[in-house]
Amino acid sequence: KPSFGLYGTRKTFLFSSDSSKPILPCSSTLSEVGAGLQREFGFPVVWFGRCVIQVQFTDSGISRVLGFSSLLLNCLLIVNLVTRVRLEMEGEQLTEQETALYDRQIRVWGADAQRRLSKSHIFVYGMKGTVAEFCKNIVLAGVGSVTLMDDRAVTNEALASNFLIPPEEKVYSGKTLAELCCDSLKEFNPMVHVSVEKAELVTLGQQFFEKFDVVVISSCPPATKILINEKCRKLSKRVAFYTVECRDSCGEIFVDLQNYKYMKKGKADGPASECELRYSSFQEATSAPWGRLQRRTSKLYFAMRVIESFEEANGRNPGVFSVEDVPAVLQLKRKLCEAQSVSESFVPDTLLERLVIGSIEFPPVCAIIGGILGQEVIKAISGKGDPVKNFFYFDVVDGKGVIEDISSRAPEADSASSKSANIITQVVLE
Amino acid sequence: RTGANNSHRLFCSSLSPEFDSSIPLSLFHLPFLRLLFCLQTTSVNQLEQTCNFFPPLSLSFSTSSTPSVTLFRVSTPFPMASLQQSPAIKGAKVLMVGAGGIGCELLKTLALSGFEDIHIIDMDTIEVSNLNRQFLFRQKHVGQSKAKVARDAVLRFRPHISISSYHANVKDSNFNVDFFKQFNVVLNGLDNLDARRHVNRLCLAAEVPLVESGTTGFLGQVSVHVKGRTDCYECNPKPSPKTYPVCTITSTPSKFVHCIVWAKELLFAKLFGDKNQDNDLNVRSSDSTGSSEQAEDVFERKANESIEQYGRRIYDHVFGYNIEQALSNEETWKSRNKPRPIYSRDVISAELMQQNGNSDKAGSAGDPLSVSAMASLGLKNPQDLWSLKDNSRVFFEALKLFFGKREKEIGSLCFDKDDPLAVEFVTAAANIRAASFGIPLHSLFEAKGIAGNIVHAVATTNAIVAGLIVIEAIKVLQKDFDSYRMSYCLEHVTQKMLIMPVQPFEPNKSCCVCSETPLTLEIDTNHSKLRDFVEKIVKAKLSMTSPLIMHGSSLLYEVGDDLDDAMIANYSANLEKVLSSLPSPVTSGTMLTVEDLQQEFTCNINIKHREEFDEENEPDGMVLHGWTQVPTKPKDDDDKPPTGNGDSSKTSQTETVEAEAEVVVKINIEEIGASGNKRKAPDSRDISTDPPSNDVNEATAANHKKVHKIDDGDDEEELVMLDHWDIDTNKKQKLR
Repeated sequence: KPSFGLYGTRKTFLFSSDSSKPILPCSSTLSEVGAGLQREFGFPVVWFGRCVIQVQFTDSGISRVLGFSSLLLNCLLIVNLVTRVRLEMEGEQLTEQETALYDRQIRVWGADAQRRLSKSHIFVYGMKGTVAEFCKNIVLAGVGSVTLMDDRAVTNEALASNFLIPPEEKVYSGKTLAELCCDSLKEFNPMVHVSVEKAELVTLGQQFFEKFDVVVISSCPPATKILINEKCRKLSKRVAFYTVECRDSCGEIFVDLQNYKYMKKGKADGPASECELRYSSFQEATSAPWGRLQRRTSKLYFAMRVIESFEEANGRNPGVFSVEDVPAVLQLKRKLCEAQSVSESFVPDTLLERLVIGSIEFPPVCAIIGGILGQEVIKAISGKGDPVKNFFYFDVVDGKGVIEDISSRAPEADSASSKSANIITQVVLE
Repeated sequence: RTGANNSHRLFCSSLSPEFDSSIPLSLFHLPFLRLLFCLQTTSVNQLEQTCNFFPPLSLSFSTSSTPSVTLFRVSTPFPMASLQQSPAIKGAKVLMVGAGGIGCELLKTLALSGFEDIHIIDMDTIEVSNLNRQFLFRQKHVGQSKAKVARDAVLRFRPHISISSYHANVKDSNFNVDFFKQFNVVLNGLDNLDARRHVNRLCLAAEVPLVESGTTGFLGQVSVHVKGRTDCYECNPKPSPKTYPVCTITSTPSKFVHCIVWAKELLFAKLFGDKNQDNDLNVRSSDSTGSSEQAEDVFERKANESIEQYGRRIYDHVFGYNIEQALSNEETWKSRNKPRPIYSRDVISAELMQQNGNSDKAGSAGDPLSVSAMASLGLKNPQDLWSLKDNSRVFFEALKLFFGKREKEIGSLCFDKDDPLAVEFVTAAANIRAASFGIPLHSLFEAKGIAGNIVHAVATTNAIVAGLIVIEAIKVLQKDFDSYRMSYCLEHVTQKMLIMPVQPFEPNKSCCVCSETPLTLEIDTNHSKLRDFVEKIVKAKLSMTSPLIMHGSSLLYEVGDDLDDAMIANYSANLEKVLSSLPSPVTSGTMLTVEDLQQEFTCNINIKHREEFDEENEPDGMVLHGWTQVPTKPKDDDDKPPTGNGDSSKTSQTETVEAEAEVVVKINIEEIGASGNKRKAPDSRDISTDPPSNDVNEATAANHKKVHKIDDGDDEEELVMLDHWDIDTNKKQKLR
């Protein structure tokens, strides 16, 4: 809410929003008209000489000009303007229905975060159990739209972990995973637009992703992830990019928010400070030299890279593994460890074995990873809360949900990010 | 010889040379299998060979040559997803208590994970504000039983499993110890302390493992409670619902929450609730007028009085006259800001009063919950801050609507956060009082959160917590004791972790619930009645539902269906007697036995006579010691300056909101630091996160010397780190 006062050096006024009674008499002076508009719609109006300009407000001030009227104002014009303002207002404020439905979560993240959520558009590829969980979470949270893509047919594996797919064959036969999930997701929240896009992921052009604020990619080869990530990075607008994979009792989330600025909450009662994080691309993050990483880095990071290179080398679809692959995967691991000049025990065999034979998702892990991913996407859209940078790992065996910051870029070159990383460390240590 | 019990713990001894390799192979298909091999060294090679057939198992053996038998323990890294087929899960009978936020997620995850016999109890019906996270429910289900709708929804994607739903209170007597005994594990997704305690006691009595959980905002917690192996739910202090000293509420409010409590508990109850109930508003406002008859009249609508006149009279009495009266006591205001009396004529003119509100818009009389003063006044956004004038208009309009459209209910109304008119009235009254005392006003949205003890809740945390519950439940069913973990979902990244596991606590030896340690009660035996003892201690503190109180062998009080009239008369007579004049007098040194037959929980209380109680700090007029509940401590010094800019910040500053989950996080932080530069964290620290209520923080702060407070700017929760956690009361093992 803007406060009342002079704004700028020209005769430009902001009016406070006070939503008491209207309405404009025909013989209003310019300032009366402005005040009246203001009163009626709680909508701020800026005057430049004799032009009235509608502006939209965000936390940081005026964000964009929506339109303006001509020099000569008369009541008719004002009425037109007013109608337009009202139409635009529908999208601006939370409706009563939204306030009632989202009551409990608005209490967590605030009304403007909720508004931002309701205007965000999300693209999701790969409808396995974890992604289904994630979609459920963001649809419930009330994002603007979710676009699903996955042309695969229903398999037993999908039925086992994806609760969005009804188990009757007569319902699911002939439909793709994305279509089935879309049908179920729509029911969760009528206020969210859920749709299906049918296309080859790799053939999608850069401009396709421009429509979205968030892109989530799952169950596809690493090369595809790199490709989509690069396309998102080339766009002028910032598209938050995530990948997610769950195998057996383990899960991995990768986050790329490019250059992400947000208000970091201050310590104690201190003021919030602006914090900038610089993220690595998927390619940079997955090609970090192992020897340089800390010994305490989650073993899952390395294990997932071994699995990825096995997939690349053998041209497998992700997730298609069997017990027979174990020796070959272990062999590959040895090679990789050698190439990275680290000892073989760097990546435990038992972990790899688990990931290879347990390629099916484990529902509790889907719930956990899907929950964390949902939370991260909500943070990125709303700009509230510290986002994960840039990997998240969970393993049932130790029960830890760990954040890792991994990049192939040399830390010196990445001064901004290391600086902000230091800030975070400081908070933790103190 | 081999022998396996139902926990899949296999004991192989003296493997013979004819050892059949197919036996262990099929056994290795059991998940989480833990094999204890007692075998002769010669057999080791053979077993190793067997295991080589099964590449995922990398077994390492060590042999000892001294005895002829050697023990090995092997944990297999078996794929968890195949657990869905495991008999331990398929055959398990699981009880879920609560089908709310956590419950919906939990039921879904249980069904997906392969559980086939699930029972679910929930007494609630579905509301609109549930739909944002309780995803098994739809708009069309509003008003129906949560347990039943959740069951039907899950059966849609898992039609062949068995789910039994109970639309009932878990405290009902049919859910007794025998009922609990039929389950392999009990999973809690509850929203209140009382029910959690109740279930904890039943689980202890029935010796069924309990997995407890809770969430608030982005914070969550899951813990395992197994009798004898871990602590019970009540071994460690829990934050208690906040109570406020009476005079803070009636005369010297300093925070908005005090005004809310006044408006809700006193004014609203006085005007629309049961007239016969004790009400401090009455007492306090009549103190100076002398006769209580007169004061009583103030709140009664006179026969010839218009609703406008009545409203003005009430308004002027509580916001004007009463404040003037309070001001006359100068002592009170020496160190406080003086309040300003507010009269209706100064705020709202007679004409405005006439045109106030358009009752046609206010909703139909047929549906009481559709009546709204905001609608009739044309106020739209519940997040707007109303001026004093607006608040006064809402006050009058709500009063008018209560008398105009809901007159029948007057005299029997209780405040309900889902009753819009009640929320509007309480918000307006609290704001007018706040204006009078110079306390910042709050929007309806915020006031509703405070008045309704509304818990912040999001779907993601519930989903994560449900996943963690299922993981623990599976460990419990596998009897995998060593890997039980207590897990926390954190919002602040501590030690790089968002999900942090710690080892379960050991049972607290002085816990009055699981170790029968007697309690001590300081009470004025010459003035306190048995009723006070029952209400304030047995019910409020010990959370007993059907108590029985004994002094030696004589019964003082009992609740039950099978009592005859003479006994009932006897007990109700006892209730009104002071302790020292009971048939078998209770005096200093007496030991009372309080028992709850349903919970099968007995507790001994040593009585200690004490005459003086501090009204501010000990408003109950009695003090219970040895109870693990955190003592509430009055606090006037914790006013935090309003910070943050989130819409939620104001709501959360007010610290009344009772958490759906009282998240008390005790975390044993691992060593900090990178390799080569190892630094030990303080031996053990304690992180208490209880966003809405500062009670824990306050109370724990009192018990510990060195406290670091980290308060995030948004006040959404507070982290308190303690350096000197009392090791005696809470033994914790370091996480390996």
